[in-house]
Amino acid sequence: MTELLSSPLLGIVLTLVTFRVAELLYRRSGVVLFNPVLVSSCVIIVVLKVGNISYADYSNGGNLLLFLLGPSVVALALPLWQRREQVLKRKLPILVGVCAGALVSIASAAGTAWLLGASPEVVSSLVPKSVTTPIAIGISAKIGGLVPLTAALVILTGCIGAICGPEFCRLIGIRKPTSIGLAIGTASHGIGTARVLEEDRLIGAVSGLAIGLNGLATAVFVPLLWLFFGWN
Amino acid sequence: MLQGLVLLFGFQFIGEFFARWLDLPIPGNVIGMAMLLLALAGGIVKEESITEAGDLLLKYMTLFFVPAGVGVMLYFDLIAREWLPIIVGTVVSTFVVMAVTGWVEQLLGGDGD
Repeated sequence: MTELLSSPLLGIVLTLVTFRVAELLYRRSGVVLFNPVLVSSCVIIVVLKVGNISYADYSNGGNLLLFLLGPSVVALALPLWQRREQVLKRKLPILVGVCAGALVSIASAAGTAWLLGASPEVVSSLVPKSVTTPIAIGISAKIGGLVPLTAALVILTGCIGAICGPEFCRLIGIRKPTSIGLAIGTASHGIGTARVLEEDRLIGAVSGLAIGLNGLATAVFVPLLWLFFGWN
Repeated sequence: MLQGLVLLFGFQFIGEFFARWLDLPIPGNVIGMAMLLLALAGGIVKEESITEAGDLLLKYMTLFFVPAGVGVMLYFDLIAREWLPIIVGTVVSTFVVMAVTGWVEQLLGGDGD
């Protein structure tokens, strides 16, 4: 029985089953608050706590699924390539928008947390929160953040964008599909993109593009800023 | 499908290799993505050879985030201690980024689409 608990099967089966059910709940109910990533993560944590299963046992399988985020990032080259004409036509607004978003993200996350008295490792963990997990993890590790905390904050950020993003954009007068897509993809990466992709193809396309661009921009800006200010 | 997976993992490997070898600040998978884009533009890799595997990974990308979300349970103590800066920092920053990015893109928009 103990071998089965520490086998990768436990984490994989638990994650797949929970995610499948969470996805059905999300689709059937149409309630955006029931974001599948948010719901599955919470349910799995409760199951592990109640079943007295350690995170280490879970992660034997969980890490195998998490590992697939790596090639998924490489695969982001595909939508970028497929939409190159649309993207090249609006390359200036898109590039300026993402760069502005990346800088504002770094400054506002670190600034707000620092003002409220967060410890240095928590500030560092927050810096890459708008970037897709595999990139965020790399950035966090390089600036002294706590990698699992960053991963969790990335998920939280993504869920906020997925739950409120389109409504928030409408509320503050962001109306053009490319602007909405860029805003949601830059702020809330793949999880935000997954929601808008269901609702509008162009918004989803630009949002998907913003995941890669913001990942690249933040990965370049953070080390440069840290070098410039001499932080470490 | 297999060919696409080989290419995606291959480019990730090459990206990780360069990131470590040259001690680059950019994560290896991002370098892999950029190199794949260059290979597509240069005609070295055909789009059709990666669409099946690439679309599959992208379709289930949100699933791969779940184990990272579960990882939060390791940090309940830290989060309980510093919940205010963590939660406020994340929420405020997420909305600020959406607003700034969307407004900048829209203002520079012209007639675009």
